[in-house]
Amino acid sequence: MNRRWLRAGIVLSGAAVAFAIQIAARPRLMAVERTDVQAPRRLSETGLYAEGTVGIVDQRNRQFSPQYPLWSDGAVKTRWVYLPPDTVIDTRNDAAWEFPVGTRFWKEFSFNGRKVETRMLWKATASDWVAVSYMWNDAQTDALLASDRGEPGVATITGTRQHSIPAVSDCLTCHGAKRTEPLGFNPLQLSTDRDTNAIHGEPLAPSILTLRTLVDERRLSPERTDLVATPPRIRTASADTRTVLGYFTANCGSCHRGDGEMAVQVPSLRYSDVMHDGDATALRLVGRRTDWHVPGSQDGTSVLLDPVAPERSAMLYRMRSRSPSSQMPPLGTVVRDQQAVDALARWISGDLASLIGERR
Amino acid sequence: MRSTVLFSVTFLAYVVLVNAKAHSVTIEKAPPMSPSASAARIERGAHLVRTMGCNDCHTPWKVGPHGPEPDMSRALTGHPADLVMPPAPALPPGPWTWVAAGTNTAFAGPWGVSFTMNLTPDPETGLGKWTEETFIQTMKTGRHEGKGRKLLPPMPYPIIAALGDEDIRSMFAYLQSLPPVKNRVPQPIDPPEAK
Repeated sequence: MNRRWLRAGIVLSGAAVAFAIQIAARPRLMAVERTDVQAPRRLSETGLYAEGTVGIVDQRNRQFSPQYPLWSDGAVKTRWVYLPPDTVIDTRNDAAWEFPVGTRFWKEFSFNGRKVETRMLWKATASDWVAVSYMWNDAQTDALLASDRGEPGVATITGTRQHSIPAVSDCLTCHGAKRTEPLGFNPLQLSTDRDTNAIHGEPLAPSILTLRTLVDERRLSPERTDLVATPPRIRTASADTRTVLGYFTANCGSCHRGDGEMAVQVPSLRYSDVMHDGDATALRLVGRRTDWHVPGSQDGTSVLLDPVAPERSAMLYRMRSRSPSSQMPPLGTVVRDQQAVDALARWISGDLASLIGERR
Repeated sequence: MRSTVLFSVTFLAYVVLVNAKAHSVTIEKAPPMSPSASAARIERGAHLVRTMGCNDCHTPWKVGPHGPEPDMSRALTGHPADLVMPPAPALPPGPWTWVAAGTNTAFAGPWGVSFTMNLTPDPETGLGKWTEETFIQTMKTGRHEGKGRKLLPPMPYPIIAALGDEDIRSMFAYLQSLPPVKNRVPQPIDPPEAK
């Protein structure tokens, strides 16, 4: 009899443990099953605005402003983030912050005083980000979910150049298809040690969220008082080097991040690789051969940066170009960023050339 | 008693395995293959490359005894580096909007001039440094190296994208099995009005 009870006990214990494993695994299973999470059809349904309004941003959504903005053909951009209550950002890896489920980012694009599109990145499950864009209506009363394939020519930027809403596949080109990440929300971009010379940088209003806000509100885990005590910045003695590299991190570093075969062409320009030694990063670009041939130069002689003949620098040429096969970045822009091109040209023959002289 | 313990352990193992399998849905990389499976994959890739028309543009054409045909001695090596193309002829207004070289490896149209790529695994001039993942991303996104400039006409990447990851993986396996051929294809030429 006792033996029978013992057998029953073992079976029941096994079943209980098995059930416990099922329960523990459940959230992850749900995440896998819910990869088809749908975004709301209207921007007004995404939680950006206070209930019953379109235009009054819900107070729970915090505005932020990356110190090195991505060039978007001169669009006026406004960004907000929503972090669910009582959640934290996992900051164990500064190169890849992990956001809590439910996090939402919005970025609104305006041209010539009119709202054109608002993009949303939503961490819908533990493993899935939803990336969508909403196209504003003519009356500016709401925005509707744009097609996954994008919407061409939705606003005139200047002359014949038009702004297009990107396809979802293009969004993931920069934000990452395998591991999606918000690009303007990282330690360097949110630092309180702002680069006052940043190209297209915006002044920091008191209401703008920074690293200090996140630390004060205990939104980082583990707690990161170091990010306030020693705010992240690109380490270099040259103000121009800092500014140009900051521009590179925002405009080039999401693709040129030191992995894949692209690493053969261009060293990493990812913020986390650039911050600690800006001068070393700059020097790695000098004289580095590129397969991309600068028109007018001899075959096999094209380099990323050429301080002796700056005009033959592939980076300068491609930043200046807005032809589809040669322009850099290759997507998200159809108008040259003249301010950045001028700054780069000045830097190549100025502080970069001086740096090379010092190191010789 | 022993059978009961065995049952419990087996049941636990089953639960763990079932969960592990469910979690593996998101894993994208193909598992390592046995030599015979690799051979089957390469064979499948060869079939797809033959039937999807890759040789139509990535192998230079010549005029043979039966008329124009792909020059299979230069199979999949792309536009020949030694064939320097003169400027494309200007076309009059009308329905003729693009021209092709006799090799069918260079094309001029409103997008500028495009040259077909060397698909052999030469590390300097072909696909030798490409990863499987980059190849799949390129076909699916229509962007060079999966994230660069748009692929140019007449590359019919949507047709290949429609095959799905497994078939694209097989095509890449076949291309990587070819002997590497050094042939540096010129980069695209921008259209004049866009400069």
